[in-house]
Amino acid sequence: MSEYMIIDGIKAEIDGEKNVLEVARKVGIEIPAFCYDPELSIYGACRMCMFEDERGRFDAACSTIPRAGMIVKTNTAKLRKYRKMILELLLANHCRDCTTCQMSGKCRLQEFAHRFNIEGVRFPNNYADMKQDKSSNCIVRTPSKCILCGKCVRMCNEVQGVGAIDYAFRGSKMKIATAFDKDITTSPCVGCGQCAAVCPTGAITIRDDADAVWKAIGNPDVEVSVQIAPAVRVGLSKELGLNEGENVMGKLVTALREMGFDKIYDTNIGADLCIMEESHELIERVKEGVKLPMFTSCCPAWITFAEEKYPELLPNISSCRSPMQMLASLVKDSYKGEKKHVHVAIMPCSAKKDEAKLEKFDGNVDFVLSTQEVIRMINESGISFKHLEDGLADNPGVEYTGAGVIFGASGGVMEAALRTAVETISGKKLENVEFKEVRGMQGVKEATYKAGDVAVKVAVVSGLKNAASLCDKVKAGEADYQFIEIMSCPGGCINGGGQPFVDAFTRSAEDYKGLRAKGLYDDDASMRKRKSHENMTVKSLYDNYIGEIGGHKAHELLHTSYSPKKK
Amino acid sequence: MDKTFDYGILDSAIEKFGNKESSLIAILQCAQEHFRYLPKEIFPYLAEKLNISEAKIFGVATFYENFSMEQKGKYVIKVCDGTACHVRHSVPILEALRKELGLSEEKKTTDDLMFTVETVACLGACSSAPAITLNDEIYPTMTPESAVALVKSLKEKC
Repeated sequence: MSEYMIIDGIKAEIDGEKNVLEVARKVGIEIPAFCYDPELSIYGACRMCMFEDERGRFDAACSTIPRAGMIVKTNTAKLRKYRKMILELLLANHCRDCTTCQMSGKCRLQEFAHRFNIEGVRFPNNYADMKQDKSSNCIVRTPSKCILCGKCVRMCNEVQGVGAIDYAFRGSKMKIATAFDKDITTSPCVGCGQCAAVCPTGAITIRDDADAVWKAIGNPDVEVSVQIAPAVRVGLSKELGLNEGENVMGKLVTALREMGFDKIYDTNIGADLCIMEESHELIERVKEGVKLPMFTSCCPAWITFAEEKYPELLPNISSCRSPMQMLASLVKDSYKGEKKHVHVAIMPCSAKKDEAKLEKFDGNVDFVLSTQEVIRMINESGISFKHLEDGLADNPGVEYTGAGVIFGASGGVMEAALRTAVETISGKKLENVEFKEVRGMQGVKEATYKAGDVAVKVAVVSGLKNAASLCDKVKAGEADYQFIEIMSCPGGCINGGGQPFVDAFTRSAEDYKGLRAKGLYDDDASMRKRKSHENMTVKSLYDNYIGEIGGHKAHELLHTSYSPKKK
Repeated sequence: MDKTFDYGILDSAIEKFGNKESSLIAILQCAQEHFRYLPKEIFPYLAEKLNISEAKIFGVATFYENFSMEQKGKYVIKVCDGTACHVRHSVPILEALRKELGLSEEKKTTDDLMFTVETVACLGACSSAPAITLNDEIYPTMTPESAVALVKSLKEKC
């Protein structure tokens, strides 16, 4: 029999919800909260989500387990007074330069100040004007905008297992800090940007490099080319007035042309190239039985994580550069123009900003723009995005396969590699190209596939804490996989740190990750060619330019190496 | 890992309390007692041994007043400023000590690392108010003069 509780007079069914806040959300009551996120542990610090029970007692909705027959009110005179006081105290201790804040319009504190009609703050505004930390290529920390909700700490520790930041000091001096309160670059931060993705204010944001790109575009002596990653085309639609997860690649190409980019490439062809090299590498390793399991290498935050924490596994990581770097080295290597050439990459990722700066990649990518920055640039340009006609990317890159586009979702690289590897090993045409077991938003997925006589056991992992558990198993010799895909952000690049901010309420109310993944899988399903090796442009690139797969030129342009890093 | 640093005390503390997260405070207390502060070198070492982030250990170390990240003097004097000591004039004792040693609220340790003067909320020795401790030994019913005399006698010993 179902169990019920009464929230603000509404009969609400209790169906396994772990707290009163979730039950209330289900019946359409959004109890305000700063520190609550369904994907993180309960912290109970902000006290905004208090409710009043029948006897006039208060408790926090986020940390109260719903019980049958419970009667609670979430909007009483006492609670309103209480919440206003919390907000006033937070505002008194907060940098209130909203007009120049990147999070203006998306900030929870700003939203609640409006929602609870805070017309003035009775206390002097004496926030500690702490130094901004701009040391990282990926994120910017502005501690004077921090409300100590601790979501970033929990994300960094519980989901990513990185532990770059934590609470430090005590009482009114408390703040979020790295060890010894130094710059974030001294910490084990991998630049994934998931802290910024959960920060309800502007305390952690993604670094903005748009100005430098505008400058290059505006310079007549510079040719500016750009590439667009798979996950970007399904990530920016909602914020530009379309449906979440809608594939708007065509419109994005048109917008970028209007903005003044000279050449527009599709990272999908980089992904197809990546599969050619990576599946070749996998087959060689399986044949020889060496350096297995092989790990994917597309995710820069995972590479940094491995270089810092799992140096003994570095030989197991595929030597393939990421699709972004593969395409960039081709674009730069083949450029014959007279003008200075600047190559920009639009990525759903903040860690790519770090990757682009690595010496080993020779500055092939001059600037990385996150999806967020591109949205701001489109808005700045005054382009009415949703009314744009579809445009077509330039060559190489017009032609891509379904395998390339699914790179943006967790499991996509694995599936794309399997399509080519299974067909190559078995020597027979692969009829069913869908490897559904590796799809979906679960943090850990595994499957075994037959390729001729060979059984290929694979694992797909997203979230670095999950990755760490798997790496520990591999190190201990307890895992017998041949191939492992690792993406740092939960769900893969569609949920990357550089994607548009999704507020905590939408994060629990809408399956935005699933919708974005669907956008990519739908594109894949609609393609005639769904295997990377069927891409004729890729084939002709090998025939006329790169030479053999895994050959000398391929190694020069498309591969890299890793070295242990100690921070 | 710093090869010139002696991690022996940490190893024995880890052995005693176990290499788990919940042993952290006990291990830090051993380190604090041994070094009289928490040297930077112990953070990465403990982080690896206990599988906790350095940031978390830093958080614990900065949360508790008893842990210090700065090197303390050979003689640590704690002046009690709990209610009982306060009403029996502990503040003049503190001021006299600071003046004698050239210290202040911000500067708690002398440059020669001989003396540290700090306050403490209550030593639990209210019957002996005003009280101070010198390296955890209680000195009861102090006056500014007797406190300064104590410091002077220690200085002569050095």
